[in-house]
Amino acid sequence: MGKGERPEHMAPPDIFYNADEARKYTTNSRMIAIQSSLTERALELLALPQDGIPRLLLDLGCGSGLSGETLSEAGHMWLGVDISEAMLDVAVEREIEGDLVLGDLGHGLPLRPGAFDGAISISAVQWLCNADRTGHDPRKRMKRFFETLYMSLRRGARAVLQIYPENPQQAEMLVAAAMKVGFSGGLVVDYPHSTRAKKYFLVLMVGTSAATPQAKGLDGSEPEDEEEEAQVKVAGRDRHKRRKTAGGGSGSGTKGREWILKKKEQMRKKGYDIAADSKYTGRKRKRLV
Amino acid sequence: MKLLTHNMLSCHIKGVRSGYPFLIEVVKVSEHEADFDTDFLKHIFPRINWPAFLQGAEAMGCREGLPEAPNESALEDEQFQKAFHHALLEVTLEEGSLICPETGRKFPVSKGIPNMLLNEDEC
Repeated sequence: MGKGERPEHMAPPDIFYNADEARKYTTNSRMIAIQSSLTERALELLALPQDGIPRLLLDLGCGSGLSGETLSEAGHMWLGVDISEAMLDVAVEREIEGDLVLGDLGHGLPLRPGAFDGAISISAVQWLCNADRTGHDPRKRMKRFFETLYMSLRRGARAVLQIYPENPQQAEMLVAAAMKVGFSGGLVVDYPHSTRAKKYFLVLMVGTSAATPQAKGLDGSEPEDEEEEAQVKVAGRDRHKRRKTAGGGSGSGTKGREWILKKKEQMRKKGYDIAADSKYTGRKRKRLV
Repeated sequence: MKLLTHNMLSCHIKGVRSGYPFLIEVVKVSEHEADFDTDFLKHIFPRINWPAFLQGAEAMGCREGLPEAPNESALEDEQFQKAFHHALLEVTLEEGSLICPETGRKFPVSKGIPNMLLNEDEC
């Protein structure tokens, strides 16, 4: 995993996560810490009743069981699905408590309706956005994944999917695909102002009209200097339609400063790093040609 | 694969309508101790498809002590709890296959892990 290249650009997940990579991944203390903290946040967003009763959860893209261990520590029972045999072998070696299934999320989940109390996924679902093999249709796979996930959850249950989207379009694609099959909810972006700490969670709900949970670090605070959270504010579901202006070229004046400011504010609300507005925003540039 | 998992698995081959429950072909079964938690047993019991559970338990050799059609009050009985707990969580299919009841398609189970990857024509 060198040169900062995204894994999805290097090989399909079952090839990328071979025996060597699986071992490296699982013994990397930084990776362990990150996965553990992401899983804890996902559990928080899952909003399970705090009644001490263990739940039956799905861990999608469970890999070598790093996230699953956190689920077990929280007292839950879980079933993990992953496409990499090598990663699952490491999980077995580490004697994780959940049951494991070798499967491709893009094939849909082989589960009967209403079987699970909730689902999490840590750093996996963005793999569905790419065609890993010829004949792969990412949209069809994504649809199959979300519709079977929806069916496998009981009423009132949630799915919390932490993702690393390559770009805003990928995040949009995933949110749209999820909404289309009947999920409510949306994207929660923690620490949106920090390039290092920013994390994306798709929080999906079955059969409730609860509001999307509030993200962390909206005030610019970093994970380290986080103080005690106030009560969760109701955050409405963000559904800004991309307005398409016909023939908007550069310098033609059809997309004025006002439109630009509005667009920037929209993207800020979605949690992306947008440069501050200034007197230079949308000013007329000299034509060079 | 534990019987808890088996109870939730259903065949996802395109077009299959009655792909539940999987038939179990046993080659190797193992037993491991699992934490006994009555809270979880009570929570999951209503969700368990009992006929499928019995079918699986029969195949895996842990059918003994499991009643034909328990009601909610059975959950208060310690004997039942222990038998239920044991069959649900302590018996694992290590090697064998899961067979789709509709198509007969075999999904191999190896090292306790069912291989549910579909072929191109199945999805």
